[in-house]
Amino acid sequence: MKILVCISNVPDTTTKITFTDNNTQFNTAGVQFILNPYDEIALARAIELTDGGNGSVTVINVGEVSTEPTIRKALAIGATDAVRVNAKPHDAWFVAYQIAQYVKANPFDLILTGRESIDYNGSKVAAMLGELLDIPSVSIIKKLDVNGGKVTIEREIEGGKEVLEIPLPVASGCAEGVAEPKIPNMRGIMSARTKPLTVIEPTEVKTFSEVLSYETPAPRGQVKLVPADDAAKLVTLLHEEARVI
Amino acid sequence: MPVLVYTENAEGKFKKSTFEVVSYARAIADQSNTTLTAISIGNVSKDDLNSLGKYGANKVLNVSNDQLKDFVNQAYASVIADAAKKEGANIVVLSNSFSGRGLAPRIGVKLEAGVADGAVSLPEQSGGKFIVKKTAFSGKAFARVELTSPNKVISVVPNSYKVVETTGTATLEDFNADVKQSDLTSVIKEIVRSTDKVSLPDADIVVSGGRGLKGPENWRMVEELADLLGAALACSKPVSDAGWRPHSEHVGQTGIAVSPNLYIAIGISGAIQHLAGVSSSKVIVVINKDAEAPFFKVADYGIVGDAFDVVPKLIAAIKEYKASA
Repeated sequence: MKILVCISNVPDTTTKITFTDNNTQFNTAGVQFILNPYDEIALARAIELTDGGNGSVTVINVGEVSTEPTIRKALAIGATDAVRVNAKPHDAWFVAYQIAQYVKANPFDLILTGRESIDYNGSKVAAMLGELLDIPSVSIIKKLDVNGGKVTIEREIEGGKEVLEIPLPVASGCAEGVAEPKIPNMRGIMSARTKPLTVIEPTEVKTFSEVLSYETPAPRGQVKLVPADDAAKLVTLLHEEARVI
Repeated sequence: MPVLVYTENAEGKFKKSTFEVVSYARAIADQSNTTLTAISIGNVSKDDLNSLGKYGANKVLNVSNDQLKDFVNQAYASVIADAAKKEGANIVVLSNSFSGRGLAPRIGVKLEAGVADGAVSLPEQSGGKFIVKKTAFSGKAFARVELTSPNKVISVVPNSYKVVETTGTATLEDFNADVKQSDLTSVIKEIVRSTDKVSLPDADIVVSGGRGLKGPENWRMVEELADLLGAALACSKPVSDAGWRPHSEHVGQTGIAVSPNLYIAIGISGAIQHLAGVSSSKVIVVINKDAEAPFFKVADYGIVGDAFDVVPKLIAAIKEYKASA
């Protein structure tokens, strides 16, 4: 089975987010970039599914040369080979379009992404790929098994879950529960250096969105502390002042 | 050109987040001086469909094909995009729910539309620009995104826009959806929905527990507090990682982002990743025995004290308040 895992290079989860140039640019100074945590789950599941020589796992990233350490990390974790589309990831549409071009020339049985990237949180690439390739997509999944030519997928719904059976190929966005992220071992790290990383140039495409600026959430006022033995006062404040109960 | 809103239902019933998106779409229609068409797919009663008029829909398209009884991402996206084309709608609004997040990108591709996912307020329309404010960096920031295409798709974060009731009424039409077999290859094997529990992304009140609760056996009091308040349960990442609570309750940067009216955090220190997921909450209450816990810096109300001492007292106080109310 051939699996494609789409990966993003994102700021580490502990990053304090700030902006420059009049709040129009994300301030990358001193920011550590990592493999998107949800993509790590997708990658781990892909490796499990192809374990024992049962296929291959290709990772693909749309990014500039600065994303290569993250791609090498994915190779160290266990991907077979990697592709980088040499372009700034303008938006989800641009990324999905580039990946779709690659997949049209190099078909896969299963395409996995993380449920969302932790920077722009769009949850869009898997479904856009589904549409561009005219195959089913499931956006936020908690379990994935392959039986013959079909996948059984459990997806989250409000207050519950739904189990689906879908013929391959399928594009899916992986969330917690699909697999435990894998930590690269020494052999993986050594072999990652020599695994193939192909760089391809992007296809020109019109885009439909532009980020104009950023804002950070409005700061909250000073916390009002209530004595530990006066829970009734908290209830009064929530009812009369905050009006939330 | 009318605005089109997709009105999601769960087992034939509209949810609060559905009325929120209808109100939101109504406001966009008002901005653009146009009408609002709603599209409902599945088995919803006539009364419920008519009720969408109350939230501002002028027309309701009802799709009741048997094959579309349950949600199939691909087919629903086709039907909604088809309706947008037939109605001549250039803006499609839907909820940023689990299903909405699967639909919006597909509809966007079909309509060659810019997609604004996770909108938190009404679009700004000025000087020919159409700008949507959306969450970014997992709740640590917002991005103002301009949609530059003539067609636009907007998904709205639950709890971020208030339901507005109007005196309007809607006309009801059957919409004959032409469904391709190739859009129906996904088969739903099972749907499990716990109807007695409040769903976390939609909840008005969320009660959340952290490592300070010391073990899963201590969640009884958290559950009791949540039940009293009609709240959904949530937890921090270490708690779901340890298997004390299911992953579906994990709130934070790599879990669910919530925006309830009230978020009560018990025994959670407030790591930056957790705070990202709750920053859109309107009111935050923190109960923690460590007065230096970072969570107090972003809280509106706080109690410095041991959860095992404070929570039972809070439960008693709420019971008393409810009895007197």
